[in-house]
Amino acid sequence: MNIVVAMKQIPDLQQIRIRNRQPVFEDVPLTLGPIDKNALEAAVAIKEQLEAQVTVLSAGDENVEDTVKEALAAGADQCYLVLDDALKNAESSVTAEVLAAALKQMEDKPDLILFGEGSGDNYSGQVGSRVAAILDLPQVGYASAIEVGEGKAVVTRSLENCEEVVEVTLPAVVTVIAGINEPRIPSVSQILKAGRKPKEIVEPDELNLDLENAKTDTLSNLAPETQRKRVVVKSVDELIQALTSEALIGR
Amino acid sequence: MTAILIYSDQDNFALELVTAARSLGAAEVKAVTINNEEQAQVLANAGAQVLKIDNEAVVSADVAAVAAAVAQAAEKAGTDTVLLTSNRRGKELAGRLAQIMGAGCLTDVSSIKIEDGQIKCQRNALGGATVAVQTITTDKKVIAVMPRTFEAATGAGGSMEAIQVNIPAATIKLLEVKAKSGDDVDIEAAEVIVAVGQGLNDAGQLPMIEQLAKKLGGEVACSKPVATDKKWLSEERIIGLSGKNCKPKLAVLLGISGQVQFTVGIRDAKTIVSVNTDENASINTMADYILVADLHQAVADMNGKL
Ligand SMILES: Cc1cc2nc3c(=O)[nH]c(=O)nc-3n(C[C@H](O)[C@H](O)[C@H](O)COP(=O)(O)OP(=O)(O)OC[C@H]3O[C@@H](n4cnc5c(N)ncnc54)[C@H](O)[C@@H]3O)c2cc1C
Ligand SMILES: Nc1ncnc2c1ncn2[C@@H]1O[C@H](COP(=O)(O)O)[C@@H](O)[C@H]1O
Repeated sequence: MNIVVAMKQIPDLQQIRIRNRQPVFEDVPLTLGPIDKNALEAAVAIKEQLEAQVTVLSAGDENVEDTVKEALAAGADQCYLVLDDALKNAESSVTAEVLAAALKQMEDKPDLILFGEGSGDNYSGQVGSRVAAILDLPQVGYASAIEVGEGKAVVTRSLENCEEVVEVTLPAVVTVIAGINEPRIPSVSQILKAGRKPKEIVEPDELNLDLENAKTDTLSNLAPETQRKRVVVKSVDELIQALTSEALIGR
Repeated sequence: MTAILIYSDQDNFALELVTAARSLGAAEVKAVTINNEEQAQVLANAGAQVLKIDNEAVVSADVAAVAAAVAQAAEKAGTDTVLLTSNRRGKELAGRLAQIMGAGCLTDVSSIKIEDGQIKCQRNALGGATVAVQTITTDKKVIAVMPRTFEAATGAGGSMEAIQVNIPAATIKLLEVKAKSGDDVDIEAAEVIVAVGQGLNDAGQLPMIEQLAKKLGGEVACSKPVATDKKWLSEERIIGLSGKNCKPKLAVLLGISGQVQFTVGIRDAKTIVSVNTDENASINTMADYILVADLHQAVADMNGKL
């Protein structure tokens, strides 16, 4: 069984500061998307139950080679990276073309392709669906549980108002929600071993791919303006007084 | 804008999309419905030109089938632009539909308008730290709009027409549908929110939080870990990126640190009160009133005084 987990390199969101409403990326470490880590954990959990090989697939700039170690330490067996500066902040449709081309190229045909429900920075939730469409594979989104059987998987999909349990034939694309599991923290020895795990690195050219133009354009990306009073009150009494004078309580 | 096609699996959201399409100046608002006679009626009554698909092969759990159906409807309707709802089903559909239509796609769109001849969409980026204004540069467009961004449409003069679609064999079988544990609270509609975070010591303290919410005439909400990790409250009550987007008159935030994934869901509140033991908690930078105190003590005090 071959499981591929698509993981995106993102800046550590907790460390992004805002200056003049602009996000500042200087000195912000790179990591992998938080929900992508749930997808990896789901793959590793399956591997612990049956014989499976877990491959991390990522498209991005050269830094991915280092960032992906996190995933190799956390239980992936190997990685397949498509690296090019143009892929760093590629638009979802472009990323999907690249990932789909890579998946087609893989020697061990993937049976299960896992995605996060959304990437940490863009959170568009498009890439998994687009890849499934390109490869003409069935897809199940928002998985909160995955059980793999012979040639098929039973997936519980968590929607706003209900849960659907569906059976899907493999190969298939499944996107997971953060609540599916708690990603493990790798041990020191796992971290040390991560650097020695197999890496396949290709450029878009090698996938016989002409990168398409982005289909969307970002006109601006600013932190919202916040105009808050920021009045420090010293006691509950003072707070009640303030809220009462604003007619927010005691009506 | 000539014609726009809308689709949502939920009636109320579909009606909101009719309003969205009209706001973009669509000459004709077309709507596709799938195995849902009732929704077809509702949309026609609101003035939409409904394309009805009646085909057992289009199972709602099979996104591939739904995408194929909607793409064919768009073709038949002669529309380049499709509006969907950015709920989970809608988001999942958006990418697949966009790919088969050859369309650019934006999801989680919280505001959409025509400006300089372009459709400008606003959506959160960087986990909510920023708000991006984006456009789709291809002729074909798929836009998934957040629920409740528009009012439900009313109107008249709609129509209905049955259409045929070809759907490939199903690769997904629906085995079971389980209802979610029945918390039907709607925190997005609440005028007052009392939200608790991980500063709350234990679930045993919840009754006093509920009491405060009641005294203020509001609902209890929470940060994500309180629902997903601790399971003290239902996921229906989560505020933020993966939860609800609330715009109450008053939000009282108790023991919440203010990570951006949380604050995106509350930053449109009119007045924000933060109670936190840490005077440097980042939530305080976006609060109107800041009380540096133990929340348990403060809530007990407020309950006593209100
Ligand atoms: C992709 C993604 C999506 C996410 N979506 C969401 C989302 O939708 N909603 C969400 O909430 N989170 C979301 N998160 C999680 C988010 O990043 C934070 O982890 C979370 O909001 C923190 O919750 P908290 O403020 O309750 O807890 P903490 O960050 O642990 O903060 C607890 C606060 O309580 C204060 N405190 C402690 N004791 C007391 C006391 N006795 N009295 C008063 N104050 C006290 C502390 O000073 C601290 O500020 C998401 C994360 C990711 C990666
Ligand atoms: N550059 C990338 N490389 C690998 N996987 C990606 C990349 N971008 C997105 N993904 C995957 O697609 C999912 C959805 O991304 P998005 O559509 O950006 O929300 C992510 O959770 C990842 O699993």
